[in-house]
Amino acid sequence: MHAPLKRTALLAVTGALAVSGLTACSTPDDAEVPGVTKDKVTIGSHQPLTGPAAAGYASISAATNAYFQYVNDNGGVKGRKIEYIVKDDGYNPANTQTVVRQLVGEDKVFAIVNGLGTPTHSTVLDYLSQQNVPDLFVASGSLTWNQPDKYPNTFGFNADYVTEGAALAKYAVEKNPEAKVCVFGQDDDFGEGILSGVESVVGAEGVTSAQTYSTSSEDVTAQIGAMKEAGCEVNILGTINGFTARAIGTAAQLEWFPRWHVSSSGGDYPTLVGYLGEEVGPALLEGMVSANYLPFSPGGEWVTLFTEINTKYNGGAPFTGNTVYGMSVGYLFAEALAAAGQDPTRESLIAALESGSLVGNGIVPLSYSATDHSAFRSVGITLVGKGVQDYEGTTYSVADGAVTPVEAKPAPPVNGGIPGK
Amino acid sequence: MSPTAKTTLRALALTLLAIAATFGLDPFRNYQLAVAAGCFAAVAGLTVLVGLTGQLSLGHAVLMAAGGYGYAIAATAAAEALPESLAESGVIPLLAGLAGAALAAGVLGLLLGLAAARLRGPYLAGLTLALVIALPSAANVIPALSGHQGRSAPFFGVPDALSALIVVEQWHAWLAIVVAAVAVTPLVVLRGGRAGLRMRSVLGDETAARLAGVDPRRVKTGAFTASALSAGLGGAVLAIATQSVSPGAYGLGFSLLLVVAAVVGGLGSIGGAAAGSALVVVLPWLVDQLTSALPAGFGQRLNGTLAVLLFGVVVIAVTAAWPGGLAHLRHRLPWPARTAEPPVPVQNTER
Repeated sequence: MHAPLKRTALLAVTGALAVSGLTACSTPDDAEVPGVTKDKVTIGSHQPLTGPAAAGYASISAATNAYFQYVNDNGGVKGRKIEYIVKDDGYNPANTQTVVRQLVGEDKVFAIVNGLGTPTHSTVLDYLSQQNVPDLFVASGSLTWNQPDKYPNTFGFNADYVTEGAALAKYAVEKNPEAKVCVFGQDDDFGEGILSGVESVVGAEGVTSAQTYSTSSEDVTAQIGAMKEAGCEVNILGTINGFTARAIGTAAQLEWFPRWHVSSSGGDYPTLVGYLGEEVGPALLEGMVSANYLPFSPGGEWVTLFTEINTKYNGGAPFTGNTVYGMSVGYLFAEALAAAGQDPTRESLIAALESGSLVGNGIVPLSYSATDHSAFRSVGITLVGKGVQDYEGTTYSVADGAVTPVEAKPAPPVNGGIPGK
Repeated sequence: MSPTAKTTLRALALTLLAIAATFGLDPFRNYQLAVAAGCFAAVAGLTVLVGLTGQLSLGHAVLMAAGGYGYAIAATAAAEALPESLAESGVIPLLAGLAGAALAAGVLGLLLGLAAARLRGPYLAGLTLALVIALPSAANVIPALSGHQGRSAPFFGVPDALSALIVVEQWHAWLAIVVAAVAVTPLVVLRGGRAGLRMRSVLGDETAARLAGVDPRRVKTGAFTASALSAGLGGAVLAIATQSVSPGAYGLGFSLLLVVAAVVGGLGSIGGAAAGSALVVVLPWLVDQLTSALPAGFGQRLNGTLAVLLFGVVVIAVTAAWPGGLAHLRHRLPWPARTAEPPVPVQNTER
């Protein structure tokens, strides 16, 4: 035997011996519920804490965590405290792969909650489904999350983009039937969903100009210029916060001030003012129309509660739509956990969500059921007036391509916003 | 025993050893192992290219991406075209995907190699660097690449016969190890054979090589293509492990990390490439563990940058202490010295 071969053989034998002595291994075992102990439930999330999307969304997970701290300080849910592990994926799908595997494989989380982004979360869907990990309240309005047959453990949180696009277009048409409607969207499910929602209301010919952008290229002058040339009067945006600001700012530079109808994912007034600056932001955003489904009316019961929590547990961070969003996600998880029984399992958690008994804190009741994994089927129209963003009073329900006005029925907080107490 | 047979036997033994080792790892470590195996295939291609012919490529991430896209497109097409019963097992889509990966990366590598044969040192580095920077825009323009969201690749679950024994990460690690072995073994054979001699002669002195009847352009083009094939299969490995290919995964930072792995491991050394790829996978994870112990805000700010900083330090430290890279360390260990291997030229970059 030659020397290198001999060495390899020796290595192989030593390696095999070493391996047989190790205990940490990948052989499947299904003994207990991962992430659940007598006094703690551990859950995880992937969020853009650094990178291009961080400025628009990093405050969400901080708000969720603040809500959980509040719950924990008040005894937790059914005696269990909630530990929320947030991993940074920088809005890069490749990082999402790694951090989610770390959460499931190393941190042994009970569930993934509020993983943010369509391109990022799509890459872990199959993995989470294969691992049988509950994948709750995905922070994106893609229709991908609502496939109960294919992904029985995945539940979306945002009103889906098609619903939002249809509602924003319906509002535009009702206010001004003659207006030229245009769409500016992200070049993925987000922009496409908004566009198809708009088309369901005004028809494919009704859209004067449809432009797209990619998050990897920051300049939108060409697209906004083309829309101005086309004579657009109402621009419906399927854009993330940073690009909403860029679109409105670029139009202002071209001395063009059309009406803006913005999806909830990119229409948060305080965040947009942060991007555009205190000096010009309020003036540019005055009259902006957006959609929403969460309770953020100034002075409302939920906002009062969330403001208190924000002051006490979130270091008094700026109170924005992201704060409401993050805490609403936390509340919904707590509600689902409480409904999953005294000793929650992954199965009982999914069953609780599918039972249809969860209410949430939206302006309309949740629509979760065994056949529907989408949280909101109705959205309300919001307006910015005198620097305050609030519901305008119109709420639309979108079903099977038809947009119908409905009454908003917000559920008030009970037990100080702590479920299962 | 012929040298090729010997190399193949060695590769087989190491593959079996690596597969045995997966039993000692938890699922997340197995995932890391699969990623490291993918990087290993690419770094091995790069290290042979730079170490033996002196062609510095900063764009091997694009060749990996080409392999990844080739894999995703071919495997998806095969899975859809086949009847349910055949597609179920996943063997045919997997093979189709690997063929697609080799084809996409091979063609791109051949085109690049033709250009590389006419370019020297920094100009080739510049060309390959430009490719990495152009990748996101290319993904946006070419519909088959599906923009920045990227393409998804089919998911291959654990075969029924093994499902009681191993979990999906371990299964993917097995696939990764086997594909990496298939990608790297031919490189080792090439390197040890006549082709390797020709590459070394071209690196040593092109004029002398030409006088000896070696055509430098053909050698360089061939080396680049072989290196691209290996990198492409590496990309396919990552696509198997992560079920996705997106331009974000193959950015400039990652491309430079591949060069770092090759340099730290020792240019021209396959074992060094393995050590370097392991470092590329493990170091960011170690930094993550370290920073998670720090206060939240501070740790997060450090997290993104500390890994890059540490890689810089490691490169400087390794080149200062052992200019031959980690592979050089082997010669200091009390193992029998290798005699069969031709000496690696001292000069590693093109003049």
